Amino acid sequence: MSTTTARPPGPRRHATRWRGAVYAAPTLVMVLVLFVAPLVLVLTMSASKWPLLAGNQGFNLPANYAKAIDHRLFMNSIVFTLKYTVLATVLLLAIGLALGLLVQESGRWRGFLRTSFLLPSALGLASASLLFYVLYSPIAGPFASLMQKFGWSFLGTPNSALFSTTFLIVWRYAGFYMLLMLVGLQGIPVDVYEAAAIDGADKRKTFFHVTLPLLRPTLALTTVMCVTGSLLAFEQFYILTKGGPDNSTITIVQLIYSVAFQGQNDLGVAGALSVIVLVALVAINVVQLRAFNVNEQS
Amino acid sequence: MKKRPTLFQMPFYVFTGACAILFLYPLIWTGVASVSPRSGTAQATGYGFANYVTLAHYQDGIWRYLGNSAYVSLLAVALTLVISTLGGYAFARFAFPGKNILFMTTLAILMVPYTTLLIPLYVILNAVHLQNSLTGVALVLSMFQLPFATFMMRISFEALPRELDEAALIDGASTFGALWRVLLPGVKPGLITVGLFAFLAAWNDFMAPLILINDTPKLTMPLAIANLRVQVQGVVDYGATEAGVVILALPCCLLFLLLQRHYVRGFMSGALKG
Repeated sequence: MSTTTARPPGPRRHATRWRGAVYAAPTLVMVLVLFVAPLVLVLTMSASKWPLLAGNQGFNLPANYAKAIDHRLFMNSIVFTLKYTVLATVLLLAIGLALGLLVQESGRWRGFLRTSFLLPSALGLASASLLFYVLYSPIAGPFASLMQKFGWSFLGTPNSALFSTTFLIVWRYAGFYMLLMLVGLQGIPVDVYEAAAIDGADKRKTFFHVTLPLLRPTLALTTVMCVTGSLLAFEQFYILTKGGPDNSTITIVQLIYSVAFQGQNDLGVAGALSVIVLVALVAINVVQLRAFNVNEQS
Repeated sequence: MKKRPTLFQMPFYVFTGACAILFLYPLIWTGVASVSPRSGTAQATGYGFANYVTLAHYQDGIWRYLGNSAYVSLLAVALTLVISTLGGYAFARFAFPGKNILFMTTLAILMVPYTTLLIPLYVILNAVHLQNSLTGVALVLSMFQLPFATFMMRISFEALPRELDEAALIDGASTFGALWRVLLPGVKPGLITVGLFAFLAAWNDFMAPLILINDTPKLTMPLAIANLRVQVQGVVDYGATEAGVVILALPCCLLFLLLQRHYVRGFMSGALKG
């Protein structure tokens, strides 16, 4: 795309060529210092004995990876993170699409609905988690007396903690996914629906045979985003459940954080875990994009 | 749904109204509860702002944490705007060596987990004496904004006709003059979107300051409020926590309502090309 317009020949052209590089220089510096260098460093770390305070103590490959996989919470956190990811992704995409269909048409009432659904997504994840921490509280929450009467609590058992946290996430992100679905829905031409109506398709048939297939690029994008975000879940569990009860809600990122900064203080093992997560994430995203046939689409 | 009797539409309004309430209820409840009486909080009887007063005097004082958050957010917004405007201009209007590699690498920031970068960044910032520094946090947060911001500014500049800046160049303006006087007014919607997103992300960020900041006086608001819960001998002050959530959420909700159109448009242009 860069060679289409005719540029003045000679020295001017040379100057313009480097002028662009000058404007891109701040981006280059940021990307090199704060992105590429840390990436290289995390690879080095994962292959080195690297206590938090003492710093680099030399190569020890593959000791950190062995320790990471042998960590007593490694498998638990992976299983829990996957469980949470499936639950959150299915719910968020279904509810996002349902809300999108609900507010698709314009009008005052639907504009109000759209704003209501979107407002929670202006909050930070940490603020939303703190909000629900109080809301779910057996002392100060609006459901406190109900909870005492039935001897039940939102965060008391592993399953209720998982579902309560997922509810918080759905509340915080449903509007965001609704917005992405709306963009996809608006990309479907009206005459396709008209053709379906002429062919006598009812609402259900239209949805399954027209809307869903044509929404495939949007569904691919939202699935990849939602899966990535859920696999990297941290704040909601760190604030709401602190990994409890009984370490049942520890996600893989929480495990990395605690290995690095809470007690164990081992940046080498944390680095190894980070690299494992990075590789797994890239692999999962490649598989998803293949499954959705995104290349064929574009 | 067009011209049916209103009677048939009643269930629709009841159902969607209930949905709207479900989404608004937690926000409204927190706002109301923060000024309502509850034993065990500063606001023991009657309605009032005692919880906010408690919060104001918490540790180093709320103003300190608000100041820290404002500093980090405004610096991150400024850095993001400047870097992505220059970068977007470069990517949209110039050919230079390494252009495509740099653009793809910038977008690749999105693919890498937050923690995978924050742990080595902790070591790097220590090495350049930006440990425990709000400026360091702002730099890191700007880097995480770059993929969206650069992409957004690039398509904003590309949407402007080339004749615009070429005319300015022929009239003798420098490339920077063309950017500053001719193009910048045209990309204002893009700038608002990028700035809004950078602000919301920086104001709300929890993990970067959690890992990069150690000293209590340097905490940002989300961390200070989260720590508040476990302060008083394990007894949680729910009233002060509610007040803290309100102070955290209020600027975000107001900004969102004010700039809703840009917020929505930002997602749309990002999503369409994504």
